[in-house]
Amino acid sequence: MDLRFTPEENAFRQEVRAFFRENLDPKVHAKLVEGRHASRQDLVDWTRTLNAHGWGVPHWPAEYGGTGWDPVRQYIFLEELQAFPAPAPLAFGVNMVGPVIYKFGSDEQKARFLPRIANMDDWWCQGFSEPGSGSDLASLKTKAVRDGDDYVVNGQKTWTTLAQYADWIFCLVRTDPAAKKQEGISFLLIDMKTPGITVRPIELIDGGHEVNEVFFDDVRVPAENLVGRENKGWDYAKFLLGNERTNIARVGVSKERLRRIRELASLEHIGTEPMIRNSRFREKLAAVEVELKALEMTQLRVVAAERTREKGKPDPASSVLKIKGSEIQQATTELLMDVVGPYALPYVPDREDDRWDELANEPPIGPDWAATVAPTYFNWRKVSIYGGSNEIQRNIIAKAILGL
Amino acid sequence: MDFDLTDEQRLLKDSVERFVADRYDFESRKRFMAEPEGFSREMWASMAELGLLAVPFAEEHGGIGGGPVETMIVMEAFGRGLVVEPYLSTVVLGGGLLRHGGSEAQRAEILPAVASGEMLLAFAQVERGSRYDLHDVSTTARPDGGGFVLDGEKGVVLHGEGADRLLVTARVSGGRRDREGIGLFLVDGKTRGVSRRGYPTQDGMRAAEISFDGVRLGPDSVVGEPGNALPLVERVVDEAIAALCAEAVGAMGAMGETTVDYIKTRKQFGVAIGAFQSLQHRAADMVVMTEQARSMTYLATMMAGVDDAAERGPAIAAAKVQIGRSGRFVGQQSIQLHGGVGVTMEYKIGHYFKRVTMIDTAFGDADHHLSRLAETGGLFKAA
Repeated sequence: MDLRFTPEENAFRQEVRAFFRENLDPKVHAKLVEGRHASRQDLVDWTRTLNAHGWGVPHWPAEYGGTGWDPVRQYIFLEELQAFPAPAPLAFGVNMVGPVIYKFGSDEQKARFLPRIANMDDWWCQGFSEPGSGSDLASLKTKAVRDGDDYVVNGQKTWTTLAQYADWIFCLVRTDPAAKKQEGISFLLIDMKTPGITVRPIELIDGGHEVNEVFFDDVRVPAENLVGRENKGWDYAKFLLGNERTNIARVGVSKERLRRIRELASLEHIGTEPMIRNSRFREKLAAVEVELKALEMTQLRVVAAERTREKGKPDPASSVLKIKGSEIQQATTELLMDVVGPYALPYVPDREDDRWDELANEPPIGPDWAATVAPTYFNWRKVSIYGGSNEIQRNIIAKAILGL
Repeated sequence: MDFDLTDEQRLLKDSVERFVADRYDFESRKRFMAEPEGFSREMWASMAELGLLAVPFAEEHGGIGGGPVETMIVMEAFGRGLVVEPYLSTVVLGGGLLRHGGSEAQRAEILPAVASGEMLLAFAQVERGSRYDLHDVSTTARPDGGGFVLDGEKGVVLHGEGADRLLVTARVSGGRRDREGIGLFLVDGKTRGVSRRGYPTQDGMRAAEISFDGVRLGPDSVVGEPGNALPLVERVVDEAIAALCAEAVGAMGAMGETTVDYIKTRKQFGVAIGAFQSLQHRAADMVVMTEQARSMTYLATMMAGVDDAAERGPAIAAAKVQIGRSGRFVGQQSIQLHGGVGVTMEYKIGHYFKRVTMIDTAFGDADHHLSRLAETGGLFKAA
């Protein structure tokens, strides 16, 4: 048992950090530090920078462009990316549909889609959730009926993250209404430009436009866009969701937040004293740090176990990571609320893409970092809901770990 | 980075777990507690035979040269069995103080006798007003000729009543709360002027109030640097905290399994109560808290061997915070899920709860260590 990273692993960490420092646009970095979103173009540019360096899809098999790093290096890379902070490559492509395609897709699909995912030539979104199918995903109703060489898709998806930017959507659709609910589902790749698709924004409580409803009205999808076999989509979805959970703890994100909180709390004052010297506040901060340290160690245990675990089989310990990781992320947003105090109040609408710069001529209200604090706190309630709500994770622990 | 045990460590783990499973069931434990010293000399001899008492000591002192990982393995198993023998006080604390700070003569005399089970040690450190501050020492050691005269009172000395030798902190110079001027002394429990009042503890062990009234000590009683023993004490207490973390994780694991077994079999309204989601989610939260505690125990174990106190301290403090919080949650919920039988003396779950509660109050509870951590700048400093 040796919990230290090897000198080679530490050198790798330095290499990753140096690459980020030299290659990430400082303006994009500043946006992320201030809690603002990277724009569509920021993410495309950054993904292409990584991809040109061979780091676009590190976790994929080498034959599809992966790096062949072991799980520890994968973890270090991701942690550095989050803690730097640099924009995370779009999960819907590189973590979700990409692995489904290289694992279950046809050779044509692999050749057509995988390089474009790695280079962000296509923006992907996820068509899983429906208005009536949240945690009970397999109850989905969007249906696809075979008609000649096409499937005809009708129905509605919801909570579709960044569908407004998307070129493609991967969907779970019902192809056999008579079968048991998990057995009549197929996995379809759909071009967002196909006639009959309508995207309608859902405004979230922070005022942001992050998710959408997507409507399908007699949308014709070529049958060649079916992944794997008809009615086997649930298996592919389970594989995808297992991958989704491996990075759900987001330790690096919370680390970066806590460092930021410490920094801001030394600028803000309670009376004549910097907030960070206030014993009540700093004990609250230290309590979250302890939880995060424990989570980091738990994450490393899962990463280390991955070396010997059967590939593609989700570890039920990832449910522990999801629960704790989301609670800690939420705790960091609460601590930021504590730090900003009364200047949490002013509402400054979020600007899409780079229209933030239009605000540059106006002086900010309160400290210049204050505007994103309350919206982030509000918005971050989502993290204990998405990706399988924390209650679903507890069900998984009860069943898969405890046998209840 | 790996969490794997070596082959030797795996053998140790198997053997100590088998020992606890075969010979330390709950009914046997009750018998051991009822013996005159509050533990079983026979068990102690068996632990010596298995080499468990020799774990952290060098081979030339009759030991097997183990490190913090080996101690963790033993303590976790002992946590599962709620072992009441004086392992922490004799091997981890007393043995640790001599291992790190003793003269060659002291080590050569005492450590082989500890490893073979012939000698018991205890660490007399807490005083009535000191709470968790290791530097708060009123007991005095006045230089006298070549030796010292010891006066003062120590409290809640774990297994202090029957220990052959006591390791006592006492002030050689300075004021009550000065970090400088603290000495550590090796005192034979039968020396004139030492009086001990033993009593049972809440968690099934024994402790003692000990007073020192003009106790004369020779120059060979000094452990480490006279007047500068605090770093030694802090180091060994940090090792003991890591060991307690492991013991607590063993206890939490046992509580979790016992509780899950119980809710799988206890029927109400015609079904096993484990079928109810409110109980399932509580059990799932117990898993989360236990795993977090286990993770921090690994961290504490790794850091216990670090010489630099500034590097070691925050990690140990953080681990103790997590252990305190996890132990309280897992203990309270285990009792709640058991219902009425959980609060009976007859049933074992409550005894685990009592042990993890007392582990929290040993060498600083969660609040104490959270303050310590907050004051020293936390865990994640600017990169």
